[in-house]
Amino acid sequence: MNLSLGAQTVQAATAALGRPGISMLNKALLACAVVTLLAAPQILNQFYMTLLISFFAYAVILLGFNLLFGYGGLLSFGHALFVAIGAYAAAAISAKTGIASFELMLGVAVAAVLLVSIPIAILASRYTGIFFGMLTLSFGMLFYSFLNKFYNITGGDSGMRVPRPSLLGMELSQFDKIAFLAGPFYYYCLALALLFAWVMWRIVRSPYGIHLMASRDNPVKAMYLGVKVRPVRAIAFTVSAVYAAVGGVILGVNTGLADPGLAYWTHSGHLVFMVVLGGYQEFLGPVVGAVVFILLQDVLSSATQYWRFFLGVVLAILVIALPGGIFGAIRIGIHKLKSRGAR
Amino acid sequence: MEQRKLLLQAEKISHHYGEFIALQDVDLPVAPGEFVSVVGPNGAGKTTLVNVLTGLHQPTKGKVYFGGKDIAGLNAVDLATRGLARTFQLMSVFLDLTVRETISVAACSYLNMRWNGFGKLFGQPKVHEIVTRTANAFGLSPWLDTPAKSLPHGRRKLLDVASAFALHPKVILLDEPTAGVSTADKHVVMETVLTAAKSMGIEAILLVEHDMDLVSRYSSRIIAMQAGKKIADLPRDEFFANKEIVSIVVGKGTH
Repeated sequence: MNLSLGAQTVQAATAALGRPGISMLNKALLACAVVTLLAAPQILNQFYMTLLISFFAYAVILLGFNLLFGYGGLLSFGHALFVAIGAYAAAAISAKTGIASFELMLGVAVAAVLLVSIPIAILASRYTGIFFGMLTLSFGMLFYSFLNKFYNITGGDSGMRVPRPSLLGMELSQFDKIAFLAGPFYYYCLALALLFAWVMWRIVRSPYGIHLMASRDNPVKAMYLGVKVRPVRAIAFTVSAVYAAVGGVILGVNTGLADPGLAYWTHSGHLVFMVVLGGYQEFLGPVVGAVVFILLQDVLSSATQYWRFFLGVVLAILVIALPGGIFGAIRIGIHKLKSRGAR
Repeated sequence: MEQRKLLLQAEKISHHYGEFIALQDVDLPVAPGEFVSVVGPNGAGKTTLVNVLTGLHQPTKGKVYFGGKDIAGLNAVDLATRGLARTFQLMSVFLDLTVRETISVAACSYLNMRWNGFGKLFGQPKVHEIVTRTANAFGLSPWLDTPAKSLPHGRRKLLDVASAFALHPKVILLDEPTAGVSTADKHVVMETVLTAAKSMGIEAILLVEHDMDLVSRYSSRIIAMQAGKKIADLPRDEFFANKEIVSIVVGKGTH
């Protein structure tokens, strides 16, 4: 019988690409990365600490973004909107109450982003593909205009100051600004990034996560298997918005500023770039994309004013030669090594 | 009284695509234990019938009852969770999901844990049990961790059906489950589906099929359609004794 043929061949062929292998790769990389990051403040110059903090922020933002894009199949071109909401919420609550507490900033940012993202999620989850992309882009640009034009509320193009916050109620006034960022704030953000990564890992491995992936691969079939496709998508959208806002708070504190550029469409474009760079088919792909992008941007922009040109070249190479991103390339490399070893 | 006993019943349903009448005044009763086949030449309205019965299209006229209740306004998700499942004529699977994951999509719907966003999917004993049982019934156990896109063609088709079975439906509508399957494998697919239906407690099967060999072998009742109308609704033996109807169904344009 044709049907019974090939069971072993197929298994052998897919074993190397199967999911257990991926999670092993993820685990190994994660363990190395965490150890390095824990030791980093002892080894590296303080300047690099602010780079790493912005990496933690983007790691959180992109893990959320990839729930929508990689797992949900929905490409948002306006996701920077939610990053900006996080930063502006942190600035606004400090300015209003005079209390600069990091936990308060996070709480207010999450509340604000839920308020804004839930209506957009309900509307946007009716669309997919280019319509979804354009709709999210338009909301992002609406918010950008609001930030720029309503000078009295938002500070216009000069943005709003984000003060140095207390952490868990501790003022930590013994540290100067740089030492605060490079020390306590660095570790706080590392812990936050790990916590959010762990929660995301649970989400994508949960019953809800499998319904989201089913909605991505074949929405009609999914509905006939009882998947409530639209609510599933709307939830992914909202969760990813919350992740973006949390990252936005970290970015705001790191630079001391909530800047309207955070909501601009090029920033949304950077998010897409980072995810594609790292590889959206892997759980940690976006995180790898974030670290490489930030380093690349730092190196290139100090070397040449035409750094955007070189980023463009990198993107072109990626799309043509490495559609799986950096993570995809690593996986192909390991696969080749393994099969060479087998011979 | 008789209406109560019927699992699925369509009463004079019509469906129009604009000017085009795809379905006209079709009655279709399905009782527990029945294996009903719907046959007819291309364009007879068979797939439209399935689409109306499963809530993909609302009927332009007429009513559909499932388990004695009007299903007007219910969508595919509602029907799937109430026990009316379907498979598709064209291959319909989740290419990037493994066999285990695909079956568990339906298992999560059946167990109503679709909003559990934090528990481990494969840590749930009930999901595991449904996945194991369904995969066994369809002979898919060796492929549990294989993505659908890497499955051999016939197995992929079986996965499509298996995932619908994992919803534990009362009635299943199979829209040409053997389309694109080689002649040698068609009976294997049908036998597997029938055995699985018995072992998983499915009460009635509605099959849309071109292949008269399969229809005559497995059906208990046969409904013939032509140009959107029902032209016959007969027990199997009477159907095949009626030369006129059979010639319309297998006649010009079907092969």
